[in-house]
Amino acid sequence: MIKFAETVLNGFALGSVYALIALGFVVIFKASGVMNFAHGSLLLFGGYVTARLHDAIGFIPAVLVGAALAAALAGLVQLLATRGLRGAEIHTLTILTIGVDVLLSTELNRQIGADYLTMGDPWGADVTRLGSITVADARVASIVVAVVVIGAFFAAFRWSRWGLSMRSAAADPEAAALMGIRLDRVRLIAWCVAGALAAVAAVFLAAFPAPGLDRTTGQIALSAFPAAILGGMDSAVGALVGSLVIGLTAAMAAGYQNELSVLGAGFPDVAPYLVMVLVLLVRPTGLFGSKELTRV
Amino acid sequence: MSDTRATAEPTEPAETTEPTETTGITEPAEPAGTVTAPTAAPHSPSAPGRRSGKVSPRGRRAATLAAGVLVLLALPFYVSSFWLQTGLFAMAAVIGAIGLNLLSGTTGQLSLGHAFFLAVGAYGYVWLASEPSGTGYGSRYGLGLPPVLAFVLAIVLAGAAGGLFSPISGRLRGMYLGIATLALVFLGHHMMLNAPQVTGGFNGRSVPPLDILGFSFTDTSPDGLTVIGVPFGGLERLWYVGLALVAVAWLAAHNLLRGRPGRALGAVRDSEVAAAVMGVHLTRYRASAFIISSMYAGAAGALLALVFKRVVPDHFGLLLSIDYLAMIVIGGLGSVGGAACGAVFVALIPHLLTKYADDLPLLTAPGTTGSGVSPGDAARYLYGTAIVLVLIFAPGGLAGLARRRPRGKGDDSPRTRRFPLRNRTTPKEHTP
Repeated sequence: MIKFAETVLNGFALGSVYALIALGFVVIFKASGVMNFAHGSLLLFGGYVTARLHDAIGFIPAVLVGAALAAALAGLVQLLATRGLRGAEIHTLTILTIGVDVLLSTELNRQIGADYLTMGDPWGADVTRLGSITVADARVASIVVAVVVIGAFFAAFRWSRWGLSMRSAAADPEAAALMGIRLDRVRLIAWCVAGALAAVAAVFLAAFPAPGLDRTTGQIALSAFPAAILGGMDSAVGALVGSLVIGLTAAMAAGYQNELSVLGAGFPDVAPYLVMVLVLLVRPTGLFGSKELTRV
Repeated sequence: MSDTRATAEPTEPAETTEPTETTGITEPAEPAGTVTAPTAAPHSPSAPGRRSGKVSPRGRRAATLAAGVLVLLALPFYVSSFWLQTGLFAMAAVIGAIGLNLLSGTTGQLSLGHAFFLAVGAYGYVWLASEPSGTGYGSRYGLGLPPVLAFVLAIVLAGAAGGLFSPISGRLRGMYLGIATLALVFLGHHMMLNAPQVTGGFNGRSVPPLDILGFSFTDTSPDGLTVIGVPFGGLERLWYVGLALVAVAWLAAHNLLRGRPGRALGAVRDSEVAAAVMGVHLTRYRASAFIISSMYAGAAGALLALVFKRVVPDHFGLLLSIDYLAMIVIGGLGSVGGAACGAVFVALIPHLLTKYADDLPLLTAPGTTGSGVSPGDAARYLYGTAIVLVLIFAPGGLAGLARRRPRGKGDDSPRTRRFPLRNRTTPKEHTP
């Protein structure tokens, strides 16, 4: 029972980090219809900046700078896509992000090498005991931070001018543009928000019990793909639900590895994808995704 | 008009030898309500890049082709084994890229799972052709079939794997399909690691050599074979196998795209609704495209296995899938020749940079530590840059450049392209 509770808590912590990443996917997808494959390297970039700066300026400012730079970089990618490829197909833009990802991840891999970079986070390896349940502080922090950040995001999405223009642009870009909404600007902000969210997620991906930020951290962002897809690519609520499902799946698969040994070693890594494929079989556009309609 | 064309693509007169085939010289009536907006990439599923209106001397094309084939046939007599091996890698890449192009370029189904089907082909060949060996944990299954039969069956096996995935691939669209196929790569990798009896686990399995009726495609049997004084080892012999496979793959894709199925697939890409209205059986065509593409990947994987002589799971990861996507994008979506050129480009770069690392500025030889860029990284920089630049400056890829269509003379006005329309395959009808 204790193990089960700890596993569930871990699942929530993991899910909260995935939610930060998956929300970024969804925001970008809603704004510009692009699946951003460069997300993993954006995340790695934000984490890298934080890791390099925290000694000099302290942890919180370093995170803020990392988020700001990751946002700027994401904005650059979007500018490249809109300026360079005005009116190209969505597929083309998606493949463009793959090209950007190749460039970014190669460079970051060279910079990081085989090192583990510490984030300088205040939690270190501390643990908190709730009765007989032990949970790492970093995980509690990740849940708290994710709830705050995601809550702020949803509030902005619901009540701010940007959120309104974002929603209308997603609903019908043509009509939104005719009503005076600057699509380019809305998209730019969406990409920046996604970049910043990814940078925050990087901090928690590198925190305890992970040994630190290394060259493979960006690939963890790939696990947020199933989360975003499972919930539905154009639904922010879906991203949250999907992230929790994927987080719990991964934590359960890791926690009960011995009981699941029949499924082979390394099963926790593939469990999210398995769950996603099963969901897609039943609902081809995810749990909350809008169905594709065609007008003829 | 028996063909199912749903787009107002500018059709060049197809180079057919049978004058009986008329390819859409008269435009079929558009189904009501579909405003055709052909995509920005100027690829027509019909004739290969030729400028319409100009009488292109077919003789010159044929001569160029013949010269190219002759050079390829003569290469083993002149170049070292390094070049032969690199060339064979490129051939495998060409076959795989042509297959992915049929799926992603022509039919518009984004697939990130190509590496998985390559793996099915490679491991399928090994499993079918090997003799069973070992005991206990080290035991390896194998059917011990004749290698040629194993090769063919490996291709069929890859096609079957693609067919098994069709309940999923047939229902998903766009990005959902892309990520579902991404899952295939991870699940496939997991299976490769955890089925050591078939795949040899993490360390892989050695590949039984190809032989036809006792003529082995290795350095032995017959030993010391020389042709016109040139020693003919395994690579030289395999070279011709590779060439034959590429020729078959190329011709098959070319004919498929030029015929009725090719136009149907292009219609599926441009507008599923319009294609269905025109009588294209959507599910069947989408599934067929997936299966054929998987078979191409299987052939590429089996050839790759023969060249590598050992297959390991880690080779067939996400990076390989991305490599293949890069190939077809750089080459030009929807063009067989373009896919081949892109494949050669992406497959050759790492090998060339590794070979000439010492002579190039900024590069360091592999294994040495220095401030320079390792050849592998440099290759990735190069083709990452190539993807971005090609998409921005030549959306049609190399094939589009070869066509030399003036840009900006697209068929659709910029106004309709301003807004990427999601969830709607046709621009809105403005009813007064």
